[in-house]
Amino acid sequence: MGQSTLQKMEKMDRRWVFLAMAIAVAFPLFFKLGLAPKTTPPVRAFYDYIESLPEGSLVLCSMDYDPGSKAELNPMCLSVLDHLMQRKLRVVVITLWSTAPAMVEGNVNEVCRDKYGRLYGVDYAYLGLKEGREAVMVAMGKSLRRTFPSDFYGTTVDSLPIMNGVENYGQFDVLINVSAGYPGTKEYVQYVTSRFDIPLLSGASAVSVPEYSAYYQSGQLRGLLTGITGAAEYEALINVPGLAITAMDGQTMGHFVIIAFILFGNIVYFMTRRNRGRS
Amino acid sequence: MEFFWLSIAGLATIAVLSFLYNDNPLYKIAEHFFVGIAAGYVVCTQFYNVFLPNLWQPLTSGTDYWLIVPLLLGFSLFTRFTQSLGWVSRWPMSVIIGTYAGLAVTGFASGDMALQIHASLIPVFEPTAVTKFSTNPNVTNFLGIFDNPLFTIGLICVLFYFFFSIEHKGGYRHVALVGTTLLMIGFGAGYGYTVMTRIALLFDRFYFLFVDWLKVAS
Repeated sequence: MGQSTLQKMEKMDRRWVFLAMAIAVAFPLFFKLGLAPKTTPPVRAFYDYIESLPEGSLVLCSMDYDPGSKAELNPMCLSVLDHLMQRKLRVVVITLWSTAPAMVEGNVNEVCRDKYGRLYGVDYAYLGLKEGREAVMVAMGKSLRRTFPSDFYGTTVDSLPIMNGVENYGQFDVLINVSAGYPGTKEYVQYVTSRFDIPLLSGASAVSVPEYSAYYQSGQLRGLLTGITGAAEYEALINVPGLAITAMDGQTMGHFVIIAFILFGNIVYFMTRRNRGRS
Repeated sequence: MEFFWLSIAGLATIAVLSFLYNDNPLYKIAEHFFVGIAAGYVVCTQFYNVFLPNLWQPLTSGTDYWLIVPLLLGFSLFTRFTQSLGWVSRWPMSVIIGTYAGLAVTGFASGDMALQIHASLIPVFEPTAVTKFSTNPNVTNFLGIFDNPLFTIGLICVLFYFFFSIEHKGGYRHVALVGTTLLMIGFGAGYGYTVMTRIALLFDRFYFLFVDWLKVAS
């Protein structure tokens, strides 16, 4: 290959990389690849734990993410809620992220009310946001009613039948946290599972997973969903294909482009170095 | 009306993505709108979801007069803006820092340090892994035999890399090198996960543009 061609390749405009990536990621929207995700042990453990709960068990869901992480965690939130409804479990949903309340409310209504026709206040409740991060987590261990005196709509929690007899974490069978970062799974591990007797399942954005995997290995997490891949695996497990499975096609195409550019960049680098050595 | 709002969101998405081509006024407009709207949204959410139900309503209804203490502490934070009374703001700051420091120390010690160390104390050789392989011989079970030895060796090598009391020379250098290699693999995996997150975000935006808004794909 000529010296000038190599020099051109070395100085290739990065916008070609952006364009290639855009085409690759958007391609599956027009031409489906239909790649089936393979279930990994942490996702299977998450699923099996929910399956093991008897009908009517009470589940606390803390949906801690924002619109910035919606792409990864919204499909996860929807599929987890779907599974809980399939299993006829009672669900209390909260959030500790100030940009999440409206987004989470939409998901809760979409799945619990519209899809499964469950009764608000009896089968599920949405308590909304509470600011205070770790302090809120610890406070819920003492009194959930004092921490969340009213639900998202301003109704006092005492008037919600699902909250009868609920005082703290002790009355919940499991805590599920969908986490985009701080406060999230790490804080629930540090401040809740180590102090209060409640098992924790986590669904986290892929960025956080290297850190949270240690918690799964140590048994501090009973199950772990990893980003959009975890959401896709979960959708396949509960047999409700959604956005995550579609997104996996784009993900795969994107990875191919990245690998191709890494190889391309290395080949150009070594060829340039060899040519310089000769000259 | 729904299409109108979808179009606003769609145009805002294109405006933000246009930065990839070059910095331009369209991107700047979208950026400023985003910062302003996000700040306003957070203030409103905090006011209606936190200040009113947690503080104002219990105080005004007379159910919890003790809340006057956090109210006063909260307002005293604003004394930072005056020179003569600025010192008052140190009191609420000391409460905040003290509370969170106490929580963080106990949380880290019990949740992270103790349990993670405990989870790392595993037998170097696990006989059940061999039994599992002999009853069901496949690649996964075969590799499972090496889980504990690899984990233990990796842990020691990585810890040794951060042990600076001995110069990393001779045999020690090789141990530290194994630790460095394992750390690099860990960073690589972390970076891979980060890329995965970014691609998911990009796909979500394309899904919104082509499926939700323009309806040219499914």
